[in-house]
Order: sequence, then C-alpha cells, then structure tokens
Amino acid sequence: MRAMFFVGSVLASLAFTPPAWGQGVPIRIGEINSYSGIAAGFTQPYRQAVEMAVDEANGAGGLLGRKVEVLFRDDKGSPAEAIKHAQELVASEKVNLLAGTYLSNVGLAVSDFAKMHKVLFVAAEPLSEAITWSQGHRYTFRVRPNTHSQGRMLAERAARLPHRRWATIGPNYEYGRRAWETFWARLRELKPDVQLVGEHWPTLAKLEPGGYVTALLNQRPEALYVSLFGSDWLAFAREAGNRGLFRQTFTVGILLGEPEYLDPLKLEAPEGMLVTGYPWYSIPAPHRAFVDKFTKRTGRHPVAGALVGYVTFQSIFQAIRAAQSTDTEQLVTALESLTVETPIGPIVFRPFDHQSTMGAWVGTTKRDPARGVAIMVDWEYVPGERVLPAESEVRRLREAAK
Amino acid sequence: MIAILLQILSGLTHAMILFLIASGLSLIFGVTRTINFAHGSFYMLAAYLTLSLGSALPLGWLGVYAAMVVASAIVALLGGLVEVCFLRRVYRSPELYQLLLTFALVLVIGDAVKFFWGSEHRIGLRPPGLEGSVPLLGQLVPTYDLAVLTVGPAVALGLWCLLHRTRWGILLRAAASDREMVAALGVSQAPLFTGAFVVGSWLAGLAGALQVPRQPLTNVMDAAIIVEAFVVVVIGGMGNVFGAFLGAVLLGVLQSLGILWLPREFHLVLVFLLMAAVLILRPWGLLGRPAPPPAEAGGMEPTPGPFTPPRWAMAVGGLALLVAPLLIPTFAVWVLVEILAFALFAGSLQLLVGTGGMISFGHAAYFGLGAYGAALLLKHGGVAMPAAFLGGPVLAGLAALAFGYFCVRLRGIPFAMLTLACAQIAYAVVHQWYDVTGGDNGLLGIWPAPFLAPAARYYYLALTAGAGGLLLLQRITGSPFGLTLRAARDQALRCEAIGVDVRSHHLLAFLVAGAFAGLGGSVFAFLKGSVFPEYLSVSMSVESLVTILLGGIHRLAGAPVGALLFKVLDTVVTLHTEYWQAVLGLVLLLAVLAFPKGVMGFLGPRRRVRGGGRG
Repeated sequence: MRAMFFVGSVLASLAFTPPAWGQGVPIRIGEINSYSGIAAGFTQPYRQAVEMAVDEANGAGGLLGRKVEVLFRDDKGSPAEAIKHAQELVASEKVNLLAGTYLSNVGLAVSDFAKMHKVLFVAAEPLSEAITWSQGHRYTFRVRPNTHSQGRMLAERAARLPHRRWATIGPNYEYGRRAWETFWARLRELKPDVQLVGEHWPTLAKLEPGGYVTALLNQRPEALYVSLFGSDWLAFAREAGNRGLFRQTFTVGILLGEPEYLDPLKLEAPEGMLVTGYPWYSIPAPHRAFVDKFTKRTGRHPVAGALVGYVTFQSIFQAIRAAQSTDTEQLVTALESLTVETPIGPIVFRPFDHQSTMGAWVGTTKRDPARGVAIMVDWEYVPGERVLPAESEVRRLREAAK
Repeated sequence: MIAILLQILSGLTHAMILFLIASGLSLIFGVTRTINFAHGSFYMLAAYLTLSLGSALPLGWLGVYAAMVVASAIVALLGGLVEVCFLRRVYRSPELYQLLLTFALVLVIGDAVKFFWGSEHRIGLRPPGLEGSVPLLGQLVPTYDLAVLTVGPAVALGLWCLLHRTRWGILLRAAASDREMVAALGVSQAPLFTGAFVVGSWLAGLAGALQVPRQPLTNVMDAAIIVEAFVVVVIGGMGNVFGAFLGAVLLGVLQSLGILWLPREFHLVLVFLLMAAVLILRPWGLLGRPAPPPAEAGGMEPTPGPFTPPRWAMAVGGLALLVAPLLIPTFAVWVLVEILAFALFAGSLQLLVGTGGMISFGHAAYFGLGAYGAALLLKHGGVAMPAAFLGGPVLAGLAALAFGYFCVRLRGIPFAMLTLACAQIAYAVVHQWYDVTGGDNGLLGIWPAPFLAPAARYYYLALTAGAGGLLLLQRITGSPFGLTLRAARDQALRCEAIGVDVRSHHLLAFLVAGAFAGLGGSVFAFLKGSVFPEYLSVSMSVESLVTILLGGIHRLAGAPVGALLFKVLDTVVTLHTEYWQAVLGLVLLLAVLAFPKGVMGFLGPRRRVRGGGRG
C-alpha cells in the first residue's frame, strides 16, 4: 500500500507542477465559484460577465502592461472543496488574489483562508453579514449588498403599508434567518403595531410547497415576507398562485425582483409584489452600455449575477491600476480609498468594514405580456450608504464575535 | 379541524409521488438486493425528458400527457439496459459493489442532464385541462393535485394485480422472499431481475414525469428525493411495495402536519426521527417480514484474512511518505494531507464494513463530529491546538458509543439505515445549534498552531495520525478482537452459540471506528481551517463507502489505496473539466467492471497470509 502511495505522490507531483513562465508574467486572479451543485443555476451569467470584463481589460492593453488571467475553479457548493482550490491557486498557480464565491458558507471559508494566509479576497455574491462584520478582517472585501441592507430597504418601504398581520417563509439556514430578522426588526421599529402570525422554515432546496401554502392560507396573514430562492421559490410561486395565496396576501420578496427569479416564472410571477431586484431594462446610462455589451456578447440579457461579476472585476482592475502593483498590502490600501466607477455609478468599499456601497433596487412587480415575463416598476435605487450601519456598530459586532 | 384536513390532503399529494418512487426502489431491492442510488437519477431524467417532449410533441393539449408516458417508458428501458449491461456483471461481487456502480451512474446521469438541459432552474409545464383549482373545504386546491391523488392509488392497484395475479408477478415476489429457492426450482433469474429493473425504473420515471407540473426542474432534484425515498422504503419494509405506500402516506402526512406544529429545529430531522423510531421498534419495517437468517458460510467463498504488504514495499512506501514534502510542490502536500485524513476515515469504516460486516451509511457523523470536537475545544474551550486536535476523536468516540448503543441491535440493511438516521440527527443538531456550532456558517479560524502551520510540518502531524492510525487499525484487525469480529460476520449464530457476546463486540467496533474517523476529522478540520455541517452529510458518508469499495472492501489497505485513487482522480479531473462528475463516474464504472472486488481485492487474494497473521 505504501508503494501505491509512492506512485501516487510521483503522479501528484507531475500533475500539479505549474508550467514555467517566461517574461511579462500575467496578473493572475483565482476565481472560485459554485459551477456545479446547488447554486450552479446562478453562476454561468456571472462567469460570462467576468470573462467580458477580462477581455475588455486585455483588449485595452492589460493592466500595468501585463495580461490578466482568471483561473476559474468549481467549489461544487462545498467549503472544503473551495479551500482546496484556494490552496492550489495560491501555492501552485501563484495567483495575485482570490475572488468569487456564491454560497455564504463557502465565502466565509475562503475569507478565513485569506485572513490566515494574508491573501486578498474579493467576495462577489455571498450575502452573509458575517463576511464583512462579525468575521470581517483586513484581507476580505465584499461587493454585493448583504441581507441586512436588503432587508432594511424592504422594511422601510413595507412600513408605509397598512398591513399589520405578517407571516414569513424562508429557507432554514443563515440566509433565510437573517433576511427575515433584519427586515422584521426594522419594520417593528418603524411600525410597532405589526404582529407575526406565522413563520415557516422549510429545508433548503427541498420545498414541498403544498403544505406550506395551505398553512399560510389558514393563518390569514395580511402580508407575507418571502426569502425563498432558487427552485424553492419557483415551486412556492406556482403553488401559491394555484391556491390563490397571492390574491389574498400582500407579498414582499427579498431578491425576488432579480431576473434570476422572475424570468423562469414567465407570466406566473405574482403581480404587485414588493421586491429588491435588478431592473436591467430600465436603468439609465451608463448602465445601458453594459447591457448592450453583455447582450451582444452572450446573446441574452444580463441578470443580477452578471452585474455583480462585472462590478467585482471592475473593482479589482481599478484597484490594481490605482495601486500600480499587485502586492496584497498595497491592493488592500488601494481598495480602501478607491472610488470604483461601475455601470451603476461610483461605489466605494468602506475602509472600516470593506463592505461596498453598491445598493439595490426596490420596486414592485408587474407582468409584462410583451416580454412574456414580470418586470419591476416604480423602482428606486437605494444606495448602500443609506442602509449600512455606522462604524461604531461594525466595531461592536466584531468585538462581540471575539 | 378543517385546517388539519386540508393539511393532510396537501401532504397526501406529495405522498403519492414518494410512493411511486419508493415502490420502484423497493421492488428493485426486493428482487435483486441492489441498493439503487441511481433511482433518483431516473426520476430526474424522466422529468427533464417530459419537459422537452411536452413542448416538442405536436399533439396539442395531449402533448404533455403523452410526454409523461413516453418519458417514463424511455426511463424504464434505460433501467433495463443498465441492468443488462452493468449490474448483471457485479451480482457475484460483495453486495456493496452494486452500490458503487449505481453511484457511478448517478454521477454520469447528473452530468448528462447538465450537458443537455443546462444547470439553470426550469419551471415545469402546466398540465392542460388541469391548470386550475377547485374549491374544497373553503380553500382552493389545484386540480392537478387531485389527479395525482388518483394516479397514486391506481398505480398501487395495478402493481397489486401485477404481483398477485400474474405468474410473473408471483415469481417476482417469490424471488423477493427467497432468491436461492426460486433459482433452485429452475426459474431463470436473469429475466426476473431485468424485469424488476424495468418496472422499478418505470415507477421512478412516472414519479419524475408527474412532478413536472408541480415542481421546478433542477440538476439536484435527484439528490433531493433519493434519501427520502429510501426512508419510505425502510419504514414500509424493504421489498414490500405496499409498505412503501403506507410509509409514503405516513411520511407525507406527518411532514405536512409538522408544518403546523413542529418548531423550526425539527423540520430537518423529522423524517429521520420517524425512521429511527420505526427501526428501533420494528427493524424490518411496518409491513416487512423479518429477514431470513443470513446465508451461512456453507456455499460462500471464504473471505481473505488480513493482508500484510511485503516488507520491502512497506519500507519503500514509508520512506517515500517521509521525504514526500521535500520533493513535491506545496499543493501536492496539502492534497496528501487530505488523502491521509480520508484514508483514516475510510480505514475506520473498513473495520466496520469489511471486518465486521456492519454496513454503515452514516459514518461521516463521526468524521464530522471529530472535526467539530477539535474546533469546539479550540474556539470555546480555550484549549491549545495540539490538545484540541486530540479532543476530536474523543467526541467522535462518545457519539459513536451513544448512537452505536441503538444501532448494534440491528443487522444488515436496518443497521445501515439506522446509522444513516443517526448521522442525519447529528447533522441537524450541528446545523441548527447556532450558538454553539455556528449553524450552517460553521466555525472559522480552526488553523494549526503557528509551529505546525507550514505545509510540511502539518503534513508530518497528519502522517503520524494517518499512518499511525492505520497501523493501529491493522493491529486491531489482526487481534483476537478483530478475528472475533470476522467470525461474527461470517457465522453470527455459531459465535453466539460458543458464548461470544456479538453485540458488545459490535459496539466496541463501532466505538473504535468512530474514534478513528474522528481523528481523520481532526486532521481535516485543521487542514481546511473551518468546519461545516457538510462534513457530516450523506454525501460524505457515501464518499467514504465509495473509497473503500474502490480500494477493496476486505482489506484495510483498500482504504488508503481507495482514498489515494479517489482524491487524486477527483482533484485532477476537477482542475481540467467542468464535467468532472461524468469523468469520475465513468472511471468508477470501468473500475467496478474491471476490478469487481476493488483494486486491492484484485491484487490481494493469492497472497493470503495463513492463520490470520499479525498486523
């Protein structure tokens, strides 16, 4: 058996020896994301947008006179697998920084790796608040507005509604819990007479909707807060439509205005739902140019994941230009003081928590028979600055986690 | 009251789908003794086929229903084909090799679906004519649900007629209760087995097709249903189609009622608590009959004894392992550490499955709890890293003792399913106990102490734990205790008769295996720097089984060999293709067909050491 080990190590060393580089070493970025497994349905458009950003940068002569190379790795939805890739990317491929991730636990695992090994990690899509707050540190930055921001935006709009009896349904894990808790806490601050008549926490990616919709109908809430996503949301939306729940209840959905969640439903999407999302079809310039480029390149319109991928890599590229270096410490310093130009306007990464000020769009859904899908109308862009907590609050969260 | 009736009604619809898929699983298991992981893949394939055919068939409103019929027929044929081409070749191997084969099929079919239909979620077709809802007890109930509620019992009735009123069905039932007797009476088994696969796969296909108007289609819908289907089969009684009906109704209704009353923490684990309760009270399931006593070794080929590699190989291998970190790149060192962790994990499982004949489907619980034990001691206990490292196996061992107390009362498949239930209960506790375990966000910052942090140093720690642990396991296998375990595996009744307390031997084996798996978990935790509930998941348990099956189930050396092959293959393939599942699956498929007893089983038998030998 030891002989097998020996053969194996020889094989392993052959397989993992990186090719030798000549002059003009490219800038290498390790990108880890869930290209298979539970989140695979969301990561393809993200990847296409990243590739677009990279081609643009290389088309313009690269960065610091060097070519940009992105090494994509599939974490299979598993944090342990993501760490293996991080080790490979840093040790063998000598990447200059890490980026990506979709699932919160994968993002947290990679972030902790970045902290341990002092590697820059720009988290793209994970929504967990812990990434920039309780578990935040010098080497991790995060692009997307987290559950706290999105929940708060929705609560501020929902507080204007007359509804008092609320219920919620969300996946039974951290994302679902936090998406609800921040919303509910803010709503109760603004409108103390609201009451909770039912809460439901089905297992992630295994929703059997009939029983939940039946139970919600019996609890007769005036308004319902939904943090389901992916296949759970699709199953729930059809069942709730069939059983008339959407007609009886006002619905609020976190993220559900994103084309990722509206498009698959076609004209079955509920109307008049208050959502955060991404109305790519009606955001003015300079965003228009992004839509046109993406559509021309891929043959389909962008979704929220694509925008996040593009903004993530725009941030990285602009930081490299500003730092005039790929040194980790200099990149961190550059990102902390940089104003990143993006298709949706300038954003900054707050120096004390590294959370970007990218915001989200809050609006209501409306079926658009001409397009065959529902779209967001009456929307307003809420910049991150308006809902993010102050520095003192971030400090408190980090202290409490110690 | 009406609320409860409505809740039951909505649970019943899901129960019908569960029944269809579980009855097929049960039929296949009953007749061929194959644990068919690929059953969920057939279900998924039929759903996607229905989606495509439904919009392609030029039949107007009939199109969707015709697509359901055609899709389930295609899947039925595919099931037959799989039986004829692959499974038939491994019936003579140790029984678990069918499991490895069907696991390979899961991987291949999963990637085929991804390749042809993409990985984005798709909402199903609407059922023409049944799109609306009807008012019932003051609520609207989808018309299509009522249709599913009639199809389920109709299929059950049809199956009853098939199994009780046709000669073929009677032979099937006979084969399910006593295969050898049916063969001895001169009935050819091959067509029976193929038939069971065709009908069983058709049922899976029908379930998938019927789901299309109810559930969105995803690449992971196979994994989402298969475990639940197994639970239904076990609750109802393995091999009993009507048990599957009862089990499905019980599960569907309880889940639906649980929505009203159960606190959040229990939803993850409800089905497994139910299964555990049934297994403890009625190990053979609600409608199952106690299994006939296991075939005694009369006609069985003797299983090989412990196997010691030649001394020169040990020396060369040992030296290679010692100097490896000086010669190979850092990343390869990290991969070797992962292989060592898995070798230990798989080696401990080998003690249970290979030496003890106790098939565990939930061994990841102890691997994961080992990782959590170390992490909790480090984070909350304020213990230094080296001590926390050793604390992992202690927690894992304690958990193994507690769960093992219940598990070792059972044998065979009920034992396997109870270990699965225990693992899922442990998983749910870890997943939901946010204050202590961090829930699904896990525990971060579990890195080795600074003096052990460089790859080479941590490697030597892992090597000490991994190689040392395996040598100890080898020693235990060759000890009087290990030999008694083997004896109890082959001749349980005779062992009891000469006064061996088989149950306490099994419990001790469970404890030892749990502790060594926990040591593997400790190695893994500090390698990854964080621990997550995934470490206790079903897929981890399956991976450990695949590892020892690949390496060879009857030799401890199979564990490190399997871990090496599986991890190197997985790592290299994942680096080079998006379709790593398909490549991995095809390699496993070829491996099962080429080495039906595992790689070490192929190398080993002729070099048998007489008299059991010392480790």
